[in-house]
Amino acid sequence: MNKNMIIMGLVIFVLAVLSPFWFNMITTTEAAPKPELLGKAKEEKKCVLEKYDMRANHPSLLDEWRDSVVRDSNRQYTAANGHAYGMSLSTGENSCLGCHEDKAKFCDSCHTYASVDPYCWECHTNPKEIK
Amino acid sequence: MMKKSRRSFLKVAGIAAIGLGASPAMNFASSDSDGTALAVKGKNEQALTAHRWGMVIDTNKITEEIAEKITEICHKTHNVPDFKHEVDAEKYPKTRSVNHKQEIKWIWKEEFHYAFPEKEDEYLTEKFHDLPFLVTCNHCKNAPCVQACPTQATFKREDGIVIMDFHRCIGCRFCMAACPYGSRSFNFRDPRPFIAETIPDFPTRSKGVVEKCNLCAEQLAKGELPHCAQVSEGAIVVGDLEDPESDIRALLKEHFTIRRNESLGTEPSVYYIV
Repeated sequence: MNKNMIIMGLVIFVLAVLSPFWFNMITTTEAAPKPELLGKAKEEKKCVLEKYDMRANHPSLLDEWRDSVVRDSNRQYTAANGHAYGMSLSTGENSCLGCHEDKAKFCDSCHTYASVDPYCWECHTNPKEIK
Repeated sequence: MMKKSRRSFLKVAGIAAIGLGASPAMNFASSDSDGTALAVKGKNEQALTAHRWGMVIDTNKITEEIAEKITEICHKTHNVPDFKHEVDAEKYPKTRSVNHKQEIKWIWKEEFHYAFPEKEDEYLTEKFHDLPFLVTCNHCKNAPCVQACPTQATFKREDGIVIMDFHRCIGCRFCMAACPYGSRSFNFRDPRPFIAETIPDFPTRSKGVVEKCNLCAEQLAKGELPHCAQVSEGAIVVGDLEDPESDIRALLKEHFTIRRNESLGTEPSVYYIV
């Protein structure tokens, strides 16, 4: 009798602990949106870092860039693939937005999905949004 | 079945522990060999460089018109808000009007006795009473604002420019108290509604950040002179103070110049020909 109670209790406990997984199995979740490559970025097919590196490390890359530009006044980044890029979010042809034309489809779609809210655009401006 | 001795169990456990530790160690070692490690950061080829940037302002050549033109181009290109600007109510609803004392300025006209309080004189040359004196950040050699900043948001670049890292500014305003020239302004409000025309080449600021003249660091990086020097019709010359062959040193050799509040020992890099 005592033994059965313990096993019952354990089963209930395991079910309860794994409840997020059960919940996920019965509800459907949207797949993470993929950043859309348009225009120049689509033709280029070559970014500052490898695709997977970029996906994982772009925040730290941007952090490195900002320190380099502001504090060391170095504004040009010659990447491992030999291309030179302007270390800037939005100024010039060679900046992030210079190549990735559509901020909403490139930055915002993923950020919104992952509910991260970087404050870059409180100060930096998307040239296309200025009328 | 063979009975395991304590000794053989410990051996296996030890090898297993090494195996478990190996993967994070390998990952750590390999993370250095990714793309960022091979990249090279450098200056643009056309960038202007100096050992110590300085500015000479020829007060004889500055008229009201030129002074206004200079302030206008500087404030426009750096997205400096003008709180007299009428806010677009559609784009920015709920924006209240601003107390005029909250003005933000990078370069502006000042009267002689405010710009040079040490040189106050009962019998001052008359023309000085109505000449417009343009004042801005002096990019001091011993900048008090740099010493006061607790986060190193304000710092001195190798080329002598005292510049701000807006990302790091926490808005404590110690620098504003430290600066004897009043060269710094604080964003009490989000400046964006008060910018008539936003220039995409330079960021705006956000609420809670101090700002001031950056000697057009973004222009120098492109190989162009600061905007004020470009539109000044020769009244403002920017150059390398430590290069004896530079234009600016030739001017200093030739003319008598004064600097603001020299007795404070801040060693301003902005000289005035009077």
